[in-house]
Amino acid sequence: MKLVNIFEAITVLTVLVFFVPLRWKQTLCLALSLAISAITGYWAFQNLVNHSTVVEKLSLPFWFHSSLLEIDPLSSFFLLVISFGTLTSILYSSGYLKPYERSKTRQEFALHYFWLIWLQIAMTLVVILHEGLPFLVAWEIMSISSFMLVIFEAEKKEILHTGIYYLIQMHVALFFVLAAFTLVEAKTGISGFDGLAIYFKEYASIPMFLLFFAGFGIKAGFIPLHSWLPHAHPAAPSHVSGLMSGTMIKMGIYGILRVVSYLQFDLLEIGTIILLVSLISSVFGVFFAIFQHDLKKMLAFHSIENIGIIGIGIGTGLIGKAINNPTICLLGFTGAILHVVNHSLFKSLLFYCAGSVYSQCHSRDINELGGLIKKMPSTAVFFLFASVAICGLPPLNGFISEFLIYKGFFSGLGSDIYVSLLFLGGITGLTLTGGLAVFCFTKAFGVVFLGAARTSKVDHAQEVSPSMLLPKFLIGILIATIGLLSFLFLPTIAGIAAIYLPSGMELPQNPFGSVLTNLSISLGLFVVVLTVVFILRAWQQKRQIIAQGPTWGCGYSAGDFRHQYTSTTFADNLNRMTSAFSGVETHYVPIPKEDVFPKAKRHYETHQYDQLEKLLILKPSKFLLNIMEKFVVLRSGKIQHYILYGLGFILLAAFLTIVNVI
Amino acid sequence: MIATLLILLTSLLFPGIIVKVKAIVSGRKGPGLLQPIFDIVRLMKKGNVYSTTTSIIFQVGPVIYFVTILCGVFFIPFGNSQGIISFEGDLILFVYFLGLGKFFLILNALDAGSGFEGMGANREALYSMLAEPAFLILVATFSMMAGYDSFSGIFAHWHLTTGNSLVLSVLASYILIQLAMIENSRLPVDDPKTHLELTMIHEVILLDNSGFDLGLVQLGNAFKFGIYGALIANFVLPEHQSLPVRALVFVAVIIVFAVIVGLLESFRARFKIEKNPQFILTLSSIAALAFIVALIITNKLL
Repeated sequence: MKLVNIFEAITVLTVLVFFVPLRWKQTLCLALSLAISAITGYWAFQNLVNHSTVVEKLSLPFWFHSSLLEIDPLSSFFLLVISFGTLTSILYSSGYLKPYERSKTRQEFALHYFWLIWLQIAMTLVVILHEGLPFLVAWEIMSISSFMLVIFEAEKKEILHTGIYYLIQMHVALFFVLAAFTLVEAKTGISGFDGLAIYFKEYASIPMFLLFFAGFGIKAGFIPLHSWLPHAHPAAPSHVSGLMSGTMIKMGIYGILRVVSYLQFDLLEIGTIILLVSLISSVFGVFFAIFQHDLKKMLAFHSIENIGIIGIGIGTGLIGKAINNPTICLLGFTGAILHVVNHSLFKSLLFYCAGSVYSQCHSRDINELGGLIKKMPSTAVFFLFASVAICGLPPLNGFISEFLIYKGFFSGLGSDIYVSLLFLGGITGLTLTGGLAVFCFTKAFGVVFLGAARTSKVDHAQEVSPSMLLPKFLIGILIATIGLLSFLFLPTIAGIAAIYLPSGMELPQNPFGSVLTNLSISLGLFVVVLTVVFILRAWQQKRQIIAQGPTWGCGYSAGDFRHQYTSTTFADNLNRMTSAFSGVETHYVPIPKEDVFPKAKRHYETHQYDQLEKLLILKPSKFLLNIMEKFVVLRSGKIQHYILYGLGFILLAAFLTIVNVI
Repeated sequence: MIATLLILLTSLLFPGIIVKVKAIVSGRKGPGLLQPIFDIVRLMKKGNVYSTTTSIIFQVGPVIYFVTILCGVFFIPFGNSQGIISFEGDLILFVYFLGLGKFFLILNALDAGSGFEGMGANREALYSMLAEPAFLILVATFSMMAGYDSFSGIFAHWHLTTGNSLVLSVLASYILIQLAMIENSRLPVDDPKTHLELTMIHEVILLDNSGFDLGLVQLGNAFKFGIYGALIANFVLPEHQSLPVRALVFVAVIIVFAVIVGLLESFRARFKIEKNPQFILTLSSIAALAFIVALIITNKLL
């Protein structure tokens, strides 16, 4: 029996989730996921370490006409990301879903775990199926399973509504990819990605690429195709948000990386398109994130930012390939691929922390929280850890990928004027993104975890159970390891990025020279100096009187927790500068002049509205709806009328045949 | 190694020189040159008072802030002899180290749970976000001119001999001085002398810090000034002189820089808070101008 048969057997075994008792469901789900991860991990290991391309054939007759599974370096990498992401998500789910055991039935839990494991299977298949139709079927299963996971709390109307919104957008994405595959097959006769090699050689690359980019870009969440993310992530349970944001949206990136690997011409133009779209995504993603009050919605906008950073890497690498500079090409693609795994780590960690906060305080509104570091110290430390990583600050992993992309930019400054200016724009954009991310995460961490509690919702918060801390701990270790010991991981990732090198060029023996070891030494030095200063401080403090007192109120003794900065006030000075496009609307009736001593309680609310969503989604759909409503008169409910319509249609068809139109 | 020692030693004089210059300009005698350092030493010998609102972040924040700046000093070379940390791309790590320090300083302020400190944190976050692109555009300009992306590579290949690089040096020094004023919370963006919390930026962040922690932050600030002085000094360092002469020039430039800061502070008024972002953004555009000039010099444009 081959591994692939065991894999198929596991996909069938997933139905068992419906038949085991409630307390075993999560364990079974975890076991199945572990089994799948073991198999795919073995394949990835075979491929990445032994450098053999694994090709397996699916045997089950009902299974997409016996398609081939091909595991190349790109697939292997994504297989590892998917396995780790799903495992931590399932580990976290048992603790997170515990409070729902009272309100949800066994079947609902079974359904949830069933689709959770199927999301992993679908994502696994997406990255190893190369043929068109099987790929699209796996892609569709991925969308449906994630939809089912999002609507776990479907009894809440807005969550169901959000789920359907998500499902529709995923099908728009599917339409673009389907159209692209159909065109490729019509022109080359080969279905799937393999046909692209011929298509890009003989036909115009840019339109076909744009078609794929639109489809995969909706999944990934590039601006302006991002509007589903800020709705779907807050609606989903936190372990699902973590999995979707950390891993599932990367399937869009996988698609783009796959398509880009076949490109042969127009590289400079396509690279420029990706770079510019990504720069806009990263800067505006984080910019919009600053104005959110909903913790998970804020994180969703940060996913857009990070997808942008990944895209910046891809664009840089492609431009490097276009100008025949293997260094830039390698730096760009390695940075992008490393950022895929980095983002999957710190973003799922952030969502799990946000989930822990929600499960304790029952609120996602940043303005209602505060001072949680004293009640949930471990969660707070993990959130801080992930915040430092997502801001791209040393010594954690986010810095390493941004460092590589920066280095790609700096290496390209010496070439012609077009590339120099483009890369200067890239440097500026990436720096601005970093600065805005620091702005956003100091706000988020500061308001949620530091200071004093803002409402009574925080009063009963406690540290979450060890089962909810374990996945965070695992992710945290990886974040630190990649950050401090990057030289261990990057040769492998550079090996994956090597498929993008200009033709005829081999991966150099030591692609990054001594940079990475030097980087690790510098970061190590930082850690050592930090430890020394801490020891000095502890030694000094031991002999001194350490006193406690109230926070200095600048002479005002009646200050209380309400005087603290909130999410809204923290974003206020930025909002004033950028009110033209921040989309923030204030709902507030100003105090009239004659009302010197206002008595009634007044409300002050700010909301951020996504202008692009309004323009691209809401307005067109409203327009369509208006037209459709005109036809409501036809829906009379009388059977005679419907027969009449049918008759009319047949007559019309007959008439058109007679005049040779159809 | 030499650069690191020189910067650390000269930095100790830096705050004293500024205070002295300001005092002399306003017709006072002023304290001794080492008085600010004595103050820091005194602080470091004291115990701490912690607010009951604060948490562990309040205790680690100042330490991390100080260590990031200390590590920042390690990067700065001395002409063509390298700093302690030197590799291709080190200037990116340098910028991000300073960013890490600011991150924790901002959290340190938010931890006290006071409206005033939140205000300072908020302003610091905004201004440093706006100032970072200016520095990186400037660095990118030099990297393009020199063909290297490390501090030592850039400065080893930077020669004042041609008139073109002189133009750039002047532009760069202007931007660096202004950036140093912003990053060190000096006039015209922030006024270290102000007594009103509402108009403070950096001072208000530290309202609740005391003792050893406060001393660390102030020492860090002195080093930060030293970093900017050393960056400027590297531009004008003569090539073919003996080590003592070059070291003397290096120290002299840093001291002249401190005097310039003192003079600027004496004759400048601070901006209204709303004007600050505009001023900082202007620096980015001047940096972009320097980049265009560099493009023209390297015959890529025109």
